[in-house]
This record gives sequence, C-alpha cells and structure tokens, in this order.
Amino acid sequence: MDAETAKSGILKHAREFHARPVMVPKFKEKVVELVLMLTALASVAVTVGIVGVLSYESFLFFQQVSLFDFLTDRQWTPLFSEPHYGILPLVSGTVVTTAVALVVAIPAGSVVAVYLSEYASRPLRESVKPALELLSAVPTVVYGYFALLFVTPVLQRMWPDLPGFNMLSAGFVIGIMIVPYVSSVSEDAMRAVPLALREGAYALGATRMQTALRVVFPSALSGIAAAYVLGVSRAIGETMVVAIAAGMQPTLTWNPLEPAATMTAYIVQVSLGDLPHGSIGYRTIFATGLTLLLMTFVFNLAGHVLRKRYRQVY
Amino acid sequence: MSLENAIAKSISSGSDRRRLARRKRLDALFARTGFLVTLTVLSVLLALIGQLAVEGAGRLSWQFLTSYPSRFAAQAGILSAWIGTILVMLLTALVAVPLGLGAAVYLEEYAPKNKLTTLIDINIANLAGVPSIVYGLMALALFVYEFRLGQSFLTAGLTLALLVLPMTIIAAREAIRAVPPQIREAAYALGATKWQTVRHHVLPCSMGGIMTGLILALSRAVGETAPLITVGALSFIAFLPHPPWQAEAPFISFQWMFDPFTVMPIQMFNWVSRPQEDFHVNAAAAGLVLLLMTLAMNALAIAVRARYRKRIRW
Repeated sequence: MDAETAKSGILKHAREFHARPVMVPKFKEKVVELVLMLTALASVAVTVGIVGVLSYESFLFFQQVSLFDFLTDRQWTPLFSEPHYGILPLVSGTVVTTAVALVVAIPAGSVVAVYLSEYASRPLRESVKPALELLSAVPTVVYGYFALLFVTPVLQRMWPDLPGFNMLSAGFVIGIMIVPYVSSVSEDAMRAVPLALREGAYALGATRMQTALRVVFPSALSGIAAAYVLGVSRAIGETMVVAIAAGMQPTLTWNPLEPAATMTAYIVQVSLGDLPHGSIGYRTIFATGLTLLLMTFVFNLAGHVLRKRYRQVY
Repeated sequence: MSLENAIAKSISSGSDRRRLARRKRLDALFARTGFLVTLTVLSVLLALIGQLAVEGAGRLSWQFLTSYPSRFAAQAGILSAWIGTILVMLLTALVAVPLGLGAAVYLEEYAPKNKLTTLIDINIANLAGVPSIVYGLMALALFVYEFRLGQSFLTAGLTLALLVLPMTIIAAREAIRAVPPQIREAAYALGATKWQTVRHHVLPCSMGGIMTGLILALSRAVGETAPLITVGALSFIAFLPHPPWQAEAPFISFQWMFDPFTVMPIQMFNWVSRPQEDFHVNAAAAGLVLLLMTLAMNALAIAVRARYRKRIRW
C-alpha cells in the first residue's frame, strides 16, 4: 500500500466518521446564532421605539402648535384655559439647575480625579473609589429628599428669604451626585497618559503639582472634556431631584435662588395627574421629551467623539 | 566660565532656593486641598445617610413594614411598596438577563465586523446616555396604550428591563472579553463547536463578571422612579397583587402581572412631596429601607466579584 492510497483511505474514513455528528450541530449552531443576533437587535428596536414614539407624538403636537411658538413663546401654560406652549421657561429651568450642578461637579470632580490619579497612595485610592461609587448608587429620589429637607434648610440659614423650593439646592445636589461620574472618567483619562511624560517632567525638576497640572492634565484634556460633557448630559436628564426640590412652576428665570420647573419635572408633574390619552396636554410631554432627548444626544455625541480622540493619541 | 559653575551658582543663589521652597509648599498645599475635597464629597454621603437615619430610624418597625399606605402618617407602611419592588425586579431580571446576555455573547463571540455590528455598538453606547424618563415616555405610549398592557407590573418590569439593558450588555461584554482567547482555542482544538465553546467555557469563565454587572444593573433599577411615574405607578395601593397561584389547574396564575403597581421609590416620592412633616418622617424611613436594599445589592456584587476572582486564575 503506497502513501497516496493510505491518505485517501484515512480521509475517507474521517469523512465517514464525521458525517453525522457535524450535520446535526450545524443546524443547531445556526439557530443559536440567529437567536443571539435577535437579542442584539433588541437594543436597536429600543432606540427605534424611543425615537419613533417621540417623533410621532411630537409630530401630532406640532400640527396643533407651531414650531415657532414652541421655540419663542415665553410662557408654558399648556393646561390653562388660555394655553401657551413656549418651551423656554422649561429650558431655562434645566439650564440653571445644570449650570449650578456643573459649578459644583467640575471643580470638585477634577480635583478628586487629579488627587486620586497623581497623589493618593494605592490603599487610599482603593478605599476611596468604592465609596465614591456608592455616591452614584444612591437612588435619586433619596437625593431629592436630601435636597429638599437637608440642603435647603442649611442654605436658608445663609439666605433667610430663600424659598422652600429653589434651583440652587437641587442643582447643588445633582452636582454632588455626578462628581463620582466626572472624577472616574477623568481619572481614567489621566491614567492613560504614559508614565514617560510624567518622568520627563520630574526629570526637569517639576513638583507633583506642576506635573499634574501642566503635563498630565493637558495631555488628558480631551478625555477630561468628555467627562464634563457626559456629566452635563446626566445633569440635564436628572429628574427626581428637581421634581422634588426645585418646584413645579414653569418660570422663565435665570436666578438659581428662585423655584422653577425643568423639562423633566414638567413630565413628572403631568404624569402624576391623569390626562386623557391623545389630548394636546398628553402630547406636550412627548414634545418636551423630544427636546430633552435632542439636548442630551448632542452632549453624548460630543462626549463620545472626545473620548475616542484621547484613546487614539497614545 | 564652565557650565558646572553656572549651575552651581544658580542653585546656591537665595532667590532660586526660595522659589523652590515656594513650589514645594504649593505642592503640599495642593495635596492637602485634594484630600479635603475628596473628604468633603464623601462627607455628603455620610450626611445623607445620617439625615435619613436620624429622621427615619425611629419610624422603622414591624408595623411600618407590614402596613399599607394610609391617610394617617403614623399608621402608614410600605407593605405594598416593598412587595411591588420585589415583583417588578423579578420581571425586570427575567427580561433583561436573557436579552442582555444574548446580545453580549453575540457581539463578543459571533458578530462579524460589518456595518450592522458597528451600528449596534454605537446604538448601545447612545442608549446608555438616554435620560431614564425618556424610557418612561416610550413605555407609556407603547406598552400602556399601544400594546394595552395597562399601568401594570408587567409594564413596569418591561420598562426597567429596557432601561438597564445597555448597562447589562456593556458589563457582560467586558466580562466575556476578559476570558483569554486560549480557553476558546483549547475548546476548538478539541472539536467543540462555537456554541459549545461559549456554553461550556466562555460563559462559566466569565460568570463572576456577568453576575456582578447584572446585580449592579438591578440595583440601579431598584431606585428608578421617574420612568415608573410616567407609566402610571400608583402611590396609594392598599391591597396586594393577586397571588401567583390558584386553586384549579394549571395552579399558576399570571393575573398579578396585570395588577396596578407601586414600588419603594414611588412611595417615598409620594411622602416627600406632601407638606405634612409626619409624612417626611415616613419618607425618611422608606428611604432608609430603599438605601439598605441598594447598598445590600452593591455589597453582594462586590462579594460575588471577590469570590470569582479568587477561584479563577489564568
């Protein structure tokens, strides 16, 4: 028997041996893959659902209210006998609470991130980080309680004529809430800066602070900017804290010491009552929701672009 | 004049020495500031827990856990709320776990590198940034009205499942990615099919990370309030849902899924937004229970992570 015959004999044998066991799992494999793919597509369906619902209901809304009025009217009173549909008062509420939140979260989050990434010893960092994570695990309704019944009374000691509902305390609490988020994303960005850059700075005689602020921070800037931008998006979408502590009255004001409703708080307020399905009042929450989604989408997109960029540098 | 002399001269000059000392002082100051800011942020967490404990601990009692809500603050309790939370979480997990796990396995193990995969990828990242109340709006239009599921446990469970889906997928993908490729190659070398490799090797190896992610996602769902308000949670439910069993065959009843629901954060929100101080005490007590629930789930996640980390060593 020469080598050729032996080889074909083995091959034939192998083919016979394999024929059945391979055929059966092949079908099963295909089914499994298909099912798994469908589960992955479920997330796409969710997006389609969200965008579809908001667009459809908003489309119906804008058939009754002109887009121009929606964007320029300075009053939001959709449930009054003489309704006004100007989104501006709700947007101003959202902008003010977000701004207050950022005034707290950006400096605090950055300092915490620099400290943890450049100064803190390993054991300290390992114990502080889970504690910070706990801050973001606390339910938002608990934060709302805290803003209304702890922070506001404390602030009222400083400004005795501060109203019980105000955007300052709500914004402050949202700010604290997003500190862990800002600090962990910025810390990741700073950790990604190569050690060689730090060593170069130290070799030139820089102190830790100079290294951190003049070398590491600028190198990680796009990642840190991403952290800020994603923090903004969080603050815009935050609902329960503002619904509890900032008041429910849509007011066009830029003063954080006043009460005002945000877009999210308005949606909550309408949902608590029972408006008939399909009425114009019912549709206002979808138009508001669409505005909210667009605002957060812009910031999320910017955040992801920035984040990608710092990953590519090194 | 040689270079060495120049360096020696400039080092010995007093002004440089002073400048160096100032830089070192600044550095130390910055280190202390960073530590203080970190401490301040963490102290807010302590203040929050302290406030809840001081206000609410006295109200916690067997009576509080086993009573329905009431017009009288002293007789009110959270029975329907905590049972509701457990049932909603059950439904959330039943929907989110298979969908999230399936999508993660598909994206990590099966998905070809094409446009569809990129689209799903981007889509999941974007979904994770959508404000929770927007999910509530979608659920209101689709589940409550379009699919006629009503303001029920089923709607609530589905809503929260979709809300935590991106988080679940991202966490499960990270865990699957952490399994070294050698494990897969060894399985393939022994003739295992793709699905066999995944089921017998990749999933068991990544189970610790997957479980951790799932528990954290559910702990977020426990505290979610806003989307459940939009789908119509009731805050005054003085009865329990139908039992999951019945006298005649098939002995299992799904009637409870269509009952009106309430959950812990909704109950707390309702009490916080009342003007009477007595109800604020109830809110604090409910908040304490809610906080304990989320903290317990976070602790569980940490324990699971630690346990699996100990067992598997590559």
